[in-house]
Amino acid sequence: MLGAARRQLGSGPMLGQVLRRLRPAAAAARGYSAAVKEMNVRDALNSALDEEMSADPSVFLMGEEVGEYQGAYKISKGLLDKYGPDRVLDTPITEAGFTGIGVGAAYHGLRPIVEFMTFNFSMQAIDHIINSAAKSNYMSAGQISVPIVFRGPNGAAAGVGAQHSQCYAAWYAHVPGLKVLTPYSAEDARGLLKAAIRDPDPVIFLENELLYGESFPVSAEVLDSSFCVPIGKAKIEREGKDVTITAYSKMVGYALQAAEVLSKEGISAEVINLRSIRPLDRDAINASVRKTNRLVTVEEGFPQHGIGAEICMSVVEESFEYLDAPVERIAGADVPMPYAANLERMAVPQVDDIVRAAKRACYRAVPVAATA
Amino acid sequence: MAAASFTAAKFLAPVAARSGGERAPPLPAGASSSSFARTLRRGGAHHPRLRTALAVSSDVLAGNKAAHAAASNPAVTREEALELYEDMVLGRVFEDMCAQMYYRGKMFGFVHLYNGQEAVSTGFIKLLNQADCVVSTYRDHVHALSKGVPPRSVMAELFGKATGCCRGQGGSMHMFSAPHNLLGGFAFIGEGIPVATGAAFAAKYRHEVLKESGPDGLDVTVAFFGDGTCNNGQFFECLNMAQLWKLPIVFVVENNLWAIGMSHLRATSDPEIWKKGPAFGMPGVHVDGMDVLKVREVAKEAIERARRGEGPTLVECETYRFRGHSLADPDELRKPDEKSHYAARDSITALKKYIIEENLATESELKSIEKKIDDIVEEAVEFADASPHPPRSQLLENVFADPKGFGIGPDGKYRCEDPKFTQGTAQV
Ligand SMILES: Cc1ncc(C[n+]2csc(CCOP(=O)(O)OP(=O)(O)O)c2C)c(N)n1
Ligand SMILES: [Mg+2]
Repeated sequence: MLGAARRQLGSGPMLGQVLRRLRPAAAAARGYSAAVKEMNVRDALNSALDEEMSADPSVFLMGEEVGEYQGAYKISKGLLDKYGPDRVLDTPITEAGFTGIGVGAAYHGLRPIVEFMTFNFSMQAIDHIINSAAKSNYMSAGQISVPIVFRGPNGAAAGVGAQHSQCYAAWYAHVPGLKVLTPYSAEDARGLLKAAIRDPDPVIFLENELLYGESFPVSAEVLDSSFCVPIGKAKIEREGKDVTITAYSKMVGYALQAAEVLSKEGISAEVINLRSIRPLDRDAINASVRKTNRLVTVEEGFPQHGIGAEICMSVVEESFEYLDAPVERIAGADVPMPYAANLERMAVPQVDDIVRAAKRACYRAVPVAATA
Repeated sequence: MAAASFTAAKFLAPVAARSGGERAPPLPAGASSSSFARTLRRGGAHHPRLRTALAVSSDVLAGNKAAHAAASNPAVTREEALELYEDMVLGRVFEDMCAQMYYRGKMFGFVHLYNGQEAVSTGFIKLLNQADCVVSTYRDHVHALSKGVPPRSVMAELFGKATGCCRGQGGSMHMFSAPHNLLGGFAFIGEGIPVATGAAFAAKYRHEVLKESGPDGLDVTVAFFGDGTCNNGQFFECLNMAQLWKLPIVFVVENNLWAIGMSHLRATSDPEIWKKGPAFGMPGVHVDGMDVLKVREVAKEAIERARRGEGPTLVECETYRFRGHSLADPDELRKPDEKSHYAARDSITALKKYIIEENLATESELKSIEKKIDDIVEEAVEFADASPHPPRSQLLENVFADPKGFGIGPDGKYRCEDPKFTQGTAQV
């Protein structure tokens, strides 16, 4: 479904205006030391696409409504005007077909960016993502590499029910041959998308609709066209010593808010923005846990066989003797997403849930959730 | 497939006459000179000769804004006409109310309204029995209403209330009602089509293997979907299987010329969707979807064919949505003259005119129907607003038909037997 919530429509500036519209940061509250400007995630993605398309003519963008409509969420705004219909292709609604076509083009010398209007629809294309994209470098003994990016909004949106609200991080992270990236901030979005487009392998790039309009401080370095964020490296968003909280995408923001609450109660939480789900930065996670001795994992997806489970296993394997408390996992409820707003709220992690889990890990008394 | 068992020629004759209007004068039987028919003849003698009906898109392609010829003699009784009118007005008034409620924050997410397309839902669904199935998309409120789901339970569902037809768990894009054999609103493009084909398969199986069907013949499934969906593989896969197995289904394309901001003409190599029926050996029909009587006539024939066990039909209804794709769509790409062209052909106004001209009812009788519908929709809103939110315990219900699907807890008992499970505080 068309996801562009009204508040987001039209808020993306035309390309070229992006830089001019940068505003000085009111307060560098998020702790970006060199931050001087602000940029929203939509503009970060748009500028990354623009720069990579302009740097490499073999890069092209295809998907539903990416051209004349300027993107269902306006991420590709202005690109059709600038690069023309040969490089910005509006496709019919046939994910299985156009994803396979994208993969074939990547086999044969191009660097496609396939936009899914939302990642939910990638389910109709998953055969090509897994069988045709992820496995062919291996099957062909390295003869056929697949430099392709699959990108689009992922995770729970608001009020759209079970089929449109789902996190695919764990699904794709399960598959050898795929890289799975989960940007949170504008810096992540820009740096990781540019890295993904330049990468020689298939990359799943999971954006979040609810973050598109959010602004973040960005440094001059981030705005430089050479800027890239390395794939496979996590980022410590906030340093702490009592408990480690891992999160990705929108949940990083929640974890930071939880850390703020916890700090008022004397608990110093370290927040790790995973950035890359596969490869997973096991070193960064384990180094942090060895320091704090406690771990809370946060994800929006379903709990079973999820990202938290994998992180927990990594810590059990590598740092078990450092743990002072059982690992806490915060995840979405183990149910399809309900439509009713009150049930929906219960089905996705809230800041309070993270705070309570961190307190449990620190052996502080926690009242049971009382809200209905 | 033997030509004798294929009633397309018989079937297409009245359709071509009606749907073609000034654009496509019906060709005399056996004198078809269309390249399409030639292709068929070249393709093999076992194909029946089909007549052509020009598709919707030809109208657009040619920029032809000609009005369509009206039906000549009353095709419906007074009772039928009033039933159709009431159903169409209900669809329109209900959707207008949804827009209001959405802007007031009573419903949320993606809300896709049906305004403009009422003749299709009414024209088909009002011919169905309770046991017949309807499968819809995310644009499903009005299909639910036509199938008999009470307006108050559709409205309550949209408000996310426990009294909704899915207790607030489904939402706008996912209407289900088992008693009405409404098998769902499917939010992903194309995915409703195989499900509908499966329901038709079940109807045939129940008839032939389980000997269950009533004396009237097979239960019929009607699948509704858009023009954009006809570029998706699931559509083609199911046309093939439905015809291969002669399933009792009608594939109804609501060709409103746009898929969000993608013009049908930019998305498909041959815009005449109805032609894809004959390509799979089933009749393909184009009909003016802004004329409920024409839709109804085509629907009758297609549904009866399916009921008799003669197999599927593909019907392309030329229609138009009067609002944006969803309430979040800025709708900037559709041209004002295109919008006004179709607005002038509003199917409700046209039916009203027809009813009065044919003396089937008076203006004041129609007014009182409108008044009745206003009251029903008003009541639906009050009911939805006053209804309770789903309780916390509902979060974990209905994931499985068997609640034991949540497995066994650390205490060795089924988790669903833990009192915390029903309180909604269990960790699952
Ligand atoms: C598999 C899939 N891809 C993309 C979408 C997003 N989407 C929702 S509606 C729509 C357009 C559908 O157009 P059409 O089939 O003509 O139906 P209409 O909305 O005009 O009734 C698209 C692309 C989706 N729901 N499912
Ligand atoms: Mg359409």
